[in-house]
Amino acid sequence: MTTRIFTKEEWLEALKAVSGSYKVFVPARDGDFHVFRQMENGTVPDFGYQNTRLSPKSLVYPQSERMFQYTLDKDDPDANTLKEAKKDFSPQAIVGIRPCDAHAFQLVKLNFDNPEYKDPWWVKRFESTTLVGLGCNEPCATCFCTSVGGGPFDERGLDVLLYDLGDTFLARTLTDKGEALLNSMNGGEQASSKSLEEADALSLKAEGDMPAALPMDSLKEKVLNELFDAPFWEEVAFRCLNCGTCTFLCPTCWCFDIQDEIQGKQGDRLRNWDSCMFPLFTLHGSGHNPRDKKVQRVRQRFLHKLKYYVDKYNNGVQCSGCGRCVRYCPVNIDIREVLQLMNNYG
Amino acid sequence: MENPYLPYPVRIDDITTETEDRNLKTFKFVFLNPEDEKKFAYTPGQFAELSIPGKGEIPIGIASSPTEKGFVAFTVNKVGLVSSHLHNMKKGDVMGIRGPLGNWYPWEEMEGKNVVIIGGGFAFTTLRSSIVYMIDPANRPRFKDIIVVYGARNPGMLLYRDELAAWEQRDDIHMHITVDATDDPGWKYNVGFVPTITEQKITSADNAIAIVCGPPVMIKFTQPVLEKLGFPPESIILSLEMRMKCGIGMCGRCNIGDQYVCKDGPVFSLAQLKEMPPEY
Repeated sequence: MTTRIFTKEEWLEALKAVSGSYKVFVPARDGDFHVFRQMENGTVPDFGYQNTRLSPKSLVYPQSERMFQYTLDKDDPDANTLKEAKKDFSPQAIVGIRPCDAHAFQLVKLNFDNPEYKDPWWVKRFESTTLVGLGCNEPCATCFCTSVGGGPFDERGLDVLLYDLGDTFLARTLTDKGEALLNSMNGGEQASSKSLEEADALSLKAEGDMPAALPMDSLKEKVLNELFDAPFWEEVAFRCLNCGTCTFLCPTCWCFDIQDEIQGKQGDRLRNWDSCMFPLFTLHGSGHNPRDKKVQRVRQRFLHKLKYYVDKYNNGVQCSGCGRCVRYCPVNIDIREVLQLMNNYG
Repeated sequence: MENPYLPYPVRIDDITTETEDRNLKTFKFVFLNPEDEKKFAYTPGQFAELSIPGKGEIPIGIASSPTEKGFVAFTVNKVGLVSSHLHNMKKGDVMGIRGPLGNWYPWEEMEGKNVVIIGGGFAFTTLRSSIVYMIDPANRPRFKDIIVVYGARNPGMLLYRDELAAWEQRDDIHMHITVDATDDPGWKYNVGFVPTITEQKITSADNAIAIVCGPPVMIKFTQPVLEKLGFPPESIILSLEMRMKCGIGMCGRCNIGDQYVCKDGPVFSLAQLKEMPPEY
């Protein structure tokens, strides 16, 4: 494990230099919000941000991605045969990612990389990604990472953790991938014990600033069919607009759709993010729809995150506590309140 | 890394119109690469994604039996975009098959037991696969009595009519074919709904497993009949349908509780379903 300290100018220079061998993504201002943007000429990283509005999940799992290509041209010997679309799996680094968003990849990994099936694109892109986290000196009011086993300086899922010490960044490598990235970066020097102490103090303070952790332990014991029939779902769903903002922004929402698109005789099979908030998600060809009512879809989202995932994987909840759904829900539905309703039921 | 989304290329080898309303056709496919047939090793009860470039994919139960070599068959109801397009395709056309997917009927558990098969309408496809599989000479000794109750709205809506007639003639399988109603004076089988005929023809649940596939209303009324006969919920096996995309438990839409119908199913026992939310 290496610990190196960079002045912020050195850090920027080192990132620029390493962006020859890695695609480097950094938080950058975009209007009133922040997004992850590739380091290129003109990209101004802003590590003084709180979090991006969109989660960085799209860097491993694009919102829309070409799966296969084909031709419908009958004169072509390969007509109607799907061919894998060419993709770029060269190394990339997401620098400045928040610990919650990095941990989200670990939660999602159980879906895309399991003993029976591997999603080749998610797996390859994840393997080619190095995650350089930036600890949260000042968590947001909507953050609840400590409730889901994380924390503002949580190391799980990260390859490198950065501490913002004011004029300097202290970088601590956590994995071989992180080590390799830091080794290829110039500048910086061995961190002094004083700056290490400073970093520990920062992390302790931030954890102290977090609201009390919400209890999660009773979820596993709850009887699913009792929770499923709980009357509070009507109340939770009443004001929901089924707009899908929550699932769109959520770093742990992974559902997708597969669609074919053709232009002339050339076609693509695409996969696009989908959302359990939409009735089409489950509509059968016959017209039957097991989740045709809003309350069923709202219940699905919360039960998936807070009960089905818990039961299926025995790995806690499918939530990283980033708080995006709380912050951006247009009707103020709060997953923390729903969790408490579930905790208190039965 | 194997790509689970990549279909095997196949050619349509034969098309049979099954029902008089012409809404159900059976498609026989032959693999373009012979080695793909070995990779597509399936067990009755499983399904596959039929993949038509430019249109999309549909999850369909496998109607052929692994004992039938050289092809794989699916009976498809004309419902939406992909199935309607498929109904207009011709012998020789090239498309794809992705699978086999999902679990299968509990064959190991069924060994040494009486097997009761109850089917309704066009949900008879994987049941056809199962019957052909069981009456194959190599497999028949593994099972005791095989009793089949199969019903459709009218005689013209029964699937696989030639095979049904042939099975009627055999003494190692007991067929009870029925229709809801018919004005055909030559109809020599039963008239009545599937639950009623089940009640009349199935006399014992002793050492038996029942596989039930059909429209929801048939299942709803057959279930109490079986329970009254003494079938415990563990011995009543059902196969479910859901809207699916990936077929491998990743895209998130076909769940019932924490079970994905595509990967953990489509075959569930009634005992399992009773533990799951009634959201299907």
